[in-house]
Amino acid sequence: MKKFLISIFLSIFMIYPSFGENVKLGIIFGYTGPIESLTPDMAKASELAISEVNKSGKFMSGNTKIEGVRADSTCVDAAAATAAAERLVTSDKVNAIVGADCSGVTTAILQNVAMSNGVVMISPSATSPALSTLPDNGLFFRTAPSDARQGEIVAKMLIEKGLKKAAMTYTNNDYGKGLADSIKKNYQSMGGKITISASHEDGKADYGAEVSALAQAGGDILIVAGYLDQGGKGIIQGALDAGAFEKFFLPDGMIGDSLPKAIGPDLNGSIGSIPGTDSPGAKKFASLAKSNGFKAGPFSQESYDAAALIMLAMQSAKSTKSKDLKNHVMDVANAPGEKIYPGELSKGMSLLKQGKKIDYVGASAVELIGGGESAGSFREILIKGGKVTTAGYR
Amino acid sequence: MDFWNAITLITNYILIPGLSYGCQLALGALGVTLIYTVLRFSNFAHGEFMSFGAMVSILLMWYFQSLGISVYPIPTIIIVLPISIIITISFCLLIDKFCFSFYRKNNSQSVILLIVSIGVMFFSNGLIRLIIGPDDRNINDGERFLLKAKTFKKMFELNEGLAIKMSQSLTIIITLILVTFVFWFLNKTKTGKSMRAYSDNKDLSLLSGINPEKVVLIVWIITGMLACVAGTLYGLDKSYKPFTYLNLVLPIFASAIVGGVGNPIGAIIGGFVIAFSEIIITFAYRRFLGYLIPENFLPETLMQVLSTDYKIAVSFLILVIVLIIKPTGIYKGKLI
Repeated sequence: MKKFLISIFLSIFMIYPSFGENVKLGIIFGYTGPIESLTPDMAKASELAISEVNKSGKFMSGNTKIEGVRADSTCVDAAAATAAAERLVTSDKVNAIVGADCSGVTTAILQNVAMSNGVVMISPSATSPALSTLPDNGLFFRTAPSDARQGEIVAKMLIEKGLKKAAMTYTNNDYGKGLADSIKKNYQSMGGKITISASHEDGKADYGAEVSALAQAGGDILIVAGYLDQGGKGIIQGALDAGAFEKFFLPDGMIGDSLPKAIGPDLNGSIGSIPGTDSPGAKKFASLAKSNGFKAGPFSQESYDAAALIMLAMQSAKSTKSKDLKNHVMDVANAPGEKIYPGELSKGMSLLKQGKKIDYVGASAVELIGGGESAGSFREILIKGGKVTTAGYR
Repeated sequence: MDFWNAITLITNYILIPGLSYGCQLALGALGVTLIYTVLRFSNFAHGEFMSFGAMVSILLMWYFQSLGISVYPIPTIIIVLPISIIITISFCLLIDKFCFSFYRKNNSQSVILLIVSIGVMFFSNGLIRLIIGPDDRNINDGERFLLKAKTFKKMFELNEGLAIKMSQSLTIIITLILVTFVFWFLNKTKTGKSMRAYSDNKDLSLLSGINPEKVVLIVWIITGMLACVAGTLYGLDKSYKPFTYLNLVLPIFASAIVGGVGNPIGAIIGGFVIAFSEIIITFAYRRFLGYLIPENFLPETLMQVLSTDYKIAVSFLILVIVLIIKPTGIYKGKLI
């Protein structure tokens, strides 16, 4: 028996290295919670990038395979997200993390798990301005722009459409507060007037009191900086029922097909904004996504890019360790170098192997500025005929 | 004209929502009060009984929809109410048999029963989420509005609109019917009188030959019915989500205590007091005043007493004030 156990023990240790250095990427999104309708496509986008690199056979030594490990950030529960990330790092031993999705949990994971373990995080959708200035030991990047930028875009869109008075409500968390502050600051400096800026809690059945306070303040449009599967939907439904507002502005957390479907034709004519670009990368990604059986929904481009950036940085650093790859993320993301679009990760890998420079453009026209966040181009949204349509880019 | 605008504004944002929310609270508080007077404990599981009733209604509604049974413009969920009431009552009786009856037979203190009810609350909440899932569900499938804000504006040529939802009017009508029935039952029938006797003086009533098992059975039947209807109406008017019923327990208890614990009329009055004060205190009055006083007297602020974030705190505030000033509640009830 003893010999048997020892032989098993030894064989495990003998076999282990021959499996090669399998690289693991944590993919931590809120598969449950207020943006659960978006996250499946986001995760599939990240996994698409991973399988593309695996198929290319050009990553590191050639037979190193990458594996995506999913974990649930819940989007709102910092404790649950921290525990999930802790599990990824200590038990799954991931090399780097794609995620998290919402700003609050991203901050929590960065401070509690990523920094103490020295793991690189690239978030596709955490947009809170606070993350720009948070100390991160160079471990945190995001392929989504900060909401400070979105605030500017929202204010410009409203002023250009002649909407000078607006009521605003935001979900009571880091994302909502950050975005609301930024919209208010920019809008007022451009001559607009925010009649009321009130927070709302997610997960309530009834938003009657919130809606009536917003209605009393009045305005040409209601800005709803919330989540589409949560309070945001409730506020819009309540405002329409009471006849308080007819037009809504929907920032990035509110864009998704489930909203017009739930509200119905009354939402037509509402406008919104979401990170996005008309670069050739976006179109290529959309067709890639379609052929792989999912939709290029909100933040899925950014998710693809986040995973791609990590793997390209590993190749460029010739190491799969976070402490090495963190210094290469900016290099592969920005000029100079050959432009790499979605579906061309294999080309990027071989160029890097030859020691050449690349400029990863990706699906969302990645251009990292400052401490490693996307410069940010936005898609203008118009809800038309019960569908989310694109009205332009800026 | 300005006067009518102001009246419409108040009706649309305070009166109608307050009335329907008040009805839902009143039905809940009535159930809590009945349990308290007859079985002598605070039933914290009442919110979950409401949620259970609403869940059964939704499941039956889906079944009816799949059969294609509906009576336009009434929402399907109202049609299935009688069946779901029966199922909810059976659930309440099962819970009573397996949880509460043991402690009742041992003459346990009411505080022990209260703790048991908290256990039942968590169990039911888990069971409900296991069966129907934690998602938000919109269950209104009939005509949504009796009167739309836009139509009203055109009809009377006013600035302000008045919207009356189908669910709101149904809530008010059904509550009226149900409450009348419960009061008739308690005051006019022999069984009702025996129930009141039992709650008044247990030992004396037992001596005069009242069957305690029957009284307990009747109480659970009425409570189950009230819980099922209140839960379904709340879900229909707002939207159904298992977690929200957990938060509903607090205003329901506040209503029961404010009205006077153990007094059925008090429970109903308490429900409306809580509902209206939540809305009145968090309402912004600037536009309302704008119609009544000249513009240059109008203040810059929104004229809001408390921000809507503090909505839940309002019911607690009233509860504390009532307990300090008049511990027996508005209608003289029992002391807790």
